[in-house]
Amino acid sequence: MNDLSQGLTEALYRVATLDPELVNITLRSLQVTVTAVVIASAIALPLGAWLAVTRFWARRYVIAVLNALMGLPPVVVGLIVYVLLSRSGPLGVLGLLFTPTAMIIAQVIIVTPLIASVAHQALRDLWSEYHDLLISLNTTKRQRVATLLWDGRRALLTACLAGFGRAIGEVGAIMIVGGNIDNVTRVLTTAIALETGKGNFSLALGLGFVLITLAIILNLAIHSLSRTERSNLW
Amino acid sequence: MVATIFPLRITKACVKRRGVQLIGPVDLDLGENGLTIVMGPNGSGKTSLLRLMHGLERPATGTVHWATPDTDARMHQAYVFQTPTMMRRSVTDCIAYALTVMGVSRADARRGAQDYAKRVGLGHVLDRPAMVLSGGEKQKLALARALIRQPQILFLDEPCANLDGRATRDIETILNEVRAQGTRIVMATHDIGQAQRLADDVLFMLNGVVHEQGAAVPFFATPQTAEAKAFLGGQIVE
Repeated sequence: MNDLSQGLTEALYRVATLDPELVNITLRSLQVTVTAVVIASAIALPLGAWLAVTRFWARRYVIAVLNALMGLPPVVVGLIVYVLLSRSGPLGVLGLLFTPTAMIIAQVIIVTPLIASVAHQALRDLWSEYHDLLISLNTTKRQRVATLLWDGRRALLTACLAGFGRAIGEVGAIMIVGGNIDNVTRVLTTAIALETGKGNFSLALGLGFVLITLAIILNLAIHSLSRTERSNLW
Repeated sequence: MVATIFPLRITKACVKRRGVQLIGPVDLDLGENGLTIVMGPNGSGKTSLLRLMHGLERPATGTVHWATPDTDARMHQAYVFQTPTMMRRSVTDCIAYALTVMGVSRADARRGAQDYAKRVGLGHVLDRPAMVLSGGEKQKLALARALIRQPQILFLDEPCANLDGRATRDIETILNEVRAQGTRIVMATHDIGQAQRLADDVLFMLNGVVHEQGAAVPFFATPQTAEAKAFLGGQIVE
């Protein structure tokens, strides 16, 4: 209990004083996670919609694999990305290892299946509702995908937020590919892991509270901006 | 000048789903004028026949031919479903959608949509979400969305089911206007009164086949089959 209250106090103090280190780490966390979620959404949302409107022989297997990939172990993803980006790896010449870009790549790989799978499930229901109408209106496959993405935007927001939730709290992969380098690749989760390792529980808890608050504020902000739950019939 | 897509010629067509024959064999010729009512009890194949004509169902056997190639013919058809699909958009955008997918600019499509919405009596709900409309308003929206493409043929699947008398009258008034402008109409209903008010000719379906067909006046006056006579007499026909 003492650690928890000290953590909360620490968090409040650092937020109130706009502690430069905390601000730096928080902004980097947001930069990496938001970028990763935006890229993953750009891939996953059309993929989810395409899977909803397309019928092909391997469709069920693709969906099953996508669902299975939702549980990708981040450490394994981190390890694979590490091998690919390391100097001796196939992409080593790019010099991306231990940079925020490497962390973004790892997070994109982790959250894309999650967003695509949740999006597909939401859009599959919408497609069953729209199917006859869109066929009757002679729409192209591209138009069907675009229509589902637009009309299903509120459900897709939930998919993106699920991806954000997974990415912002991810530590295993970004620790491996980012290296937790101070002022370069240190983010909230890796900082928490570091401080916990050092036995500095109050600071770790403080950072944890900041992380939780950040995730809640961002979710609320997005729900508020998109007016989710206000006009539930749209 | 747009080429006519008529006649529609259906030859020995059967529709099957998961091995079960829904309708057929059906032989039918459809010219470019008039309002055809497809009648029959529930499960007789009215909806399947409309879907077959419109191309939503493919014939398992037999053929469905329009005078123009299928892709062209589809562009000149519209379908109003028994349960209208309401998109997650405003009334205006729902109607405009039918034009935007044809390549019309959004601004022009919205202008046209507002005209058609007013025409069917939805001028007071242009910006309202389509999902919150009443049953009659939803049917009017579906009708406006179909008509805005200026189809040569309009298929309607029981458009007045579950509507009250006033909403039914509104829909029938619109249909009469559309017919007067030269749009071919094929409409499924089991409302005998409505069929008598609207029909130029009738297709009576039973057990998946066209049991009787002909001009409306003689059909209602002297049906040729015992089943049609029983149906018109209000008896249960199976």
